[in-house]
Amino acid sequence: MLSRLYIAHASDIAARMLGGEMMIMSPRDSTLFTLNETASAIWQAADGATPLEEIVERHICAAFDVEPDAALRDARDLVEQLASHGVLLISEAPIP
Amino acid sequence: MTLMQEMSARALRLGIPISVQLDLTYRCNERCVHCYLDHDDHGEMTTAEIKDLLGQLADSGVFFLVLSGGEIMMRRDFFEILEHARALMFSVKLKTNAVMIRASDAERMRALSVDSVQISVYSHRAEVHDAITKLPGSLKRSLDGARLLRSHGVKVVFANVLMRGNAEDYRGVQALAAELGAQFTLDPTITPMMDGDRSVLALNIDSTALQAVFRDATLVGEVDEFCAPPAGPMDEKDAFDSLPCSAAHNACYVSPYGDVYPCVQFPLPSGNVRRQKFEDIWRNSAQLNEVRTITLGDLQGCSECVHGGSCSRCPGLAYTEGNMRGPSTQDCEKSFARTGVASVNLLSRRSASPNLVQIAF
Repeated sequence: MLSRLYIAHASDIAARMLGGEMMIMSPRDSTLFTLNETASAIWQAADGATPLEEIVERHICAAFDVEPDAALRDARDLVEQLASHGVLLISEAPIP
Repeated sequence: MTLMQEMSARALRLGIPISVQLDLTYRCNERCVHCYLDHDDHGEMTTAEIKDLLGQLADSGVFFLVLSGGEIMMRRDFFEILEHARALMFSVKLKTNAVMIRASDAERMRALSVDSVQISVYSHRAEVHDAITKLPGSLKRSLDGARLLRSHGVKVVFANVLMRGNAEDYRGVQALAAELGAQFTLDPTITPMMDGDRSVLALNIDSTALQAVFRDATLVGEVDEFCAPPAGPMDEKDAFDSLPCSAAHNACYVSPYGDVYPCVQFPLPSGNVRRQKFEDIWRNSAQLNEVRTITLGDLQGCSECVHGGSCSRCPGLAYTEGNMRGPSTQDCEKSFARTGVASVNLLSRRSASPNLVQIAF
């Protein structure tokens, strides 16, 4: 059983929705990222208080035709990648 | 195409103002000889008005926000505005002379993760820089501010505007930038004042100095490529599909009084955010929509010019010359300095102004 993950935006990023895709800039090196529609949905729900599992269930499985386990696996990959670039915080406890 | 270019192109397709320059004030502690602004306060937006505007800009999709002036730190509420802008997740660039930046300010700018701070530096020699800013001691204070920012890990860019008084000094400013770990940009164009006064154009560097700048590999990269002969007029179809620049397409400018313009260099009043919502101005302003109709294919005197797509023609400068669809003579002069080939506009000016012959009786 995988532990619960909580996700929140790093406070030093710049971000804006552009035509259904989230555009994020890392302040470390001005690297620009864009997220597709599903990744953007996860990003927008990253409030530090809602577990990733619940975000995927509410915002991905309910809106897109995806299998829940596969969606959660993909979501974990995504948030770990974003965290490695410093634009997202992940924790096993809620993030204040 | 880089991701940045892709984002810019997408904003263009969607009609989103991805980039906005907001001048917080025209007040300034310097009196630069070439400045295009007056420095009186004609009724700046209040803190509340600016915060409300920032919210509107975020709702309209603005991502890149440039806060400029005047001197931004002349506003006592500057950090309150900056904090609000960052809370709205704009990528914020600041333009300042850095004269008023103390260690605590540099630390706040770092903590607020501004993208970069652009500082005006005119010369490495105090007597030259201070003569341009008319503020004694300003070079030292600007450089002190730059050092504080760098020591706090803030990205700094030196902006070096070239004019007759400092035409020889850009290499010294480049060296200073390298020493401080700052980036360097150079602008060889003095623009008319916002009120239309063109007398400051006399400060522009002469063609010989401009040619020297365009042949300096440290500035332009491959000189032969940069100064290559023009490729000829654009293909007609391409010309009608090509836009002159981002002004009014995915970028605009807002003054401290809430006036919206296509660009800071394009003084065409297009609405005021004190009377209308920004989004309403952006979508429906007759002036912005007029600017949006201009393509390279319908420029008078430029569409058939040999400099075609390689010309840096600025529609704002063309507007200040009297016709936003006409040529910008300053850019024609740049094309000539770069390539040695006169533009259609320069040739027609020459033929219209034959040497005067004085006949004595």
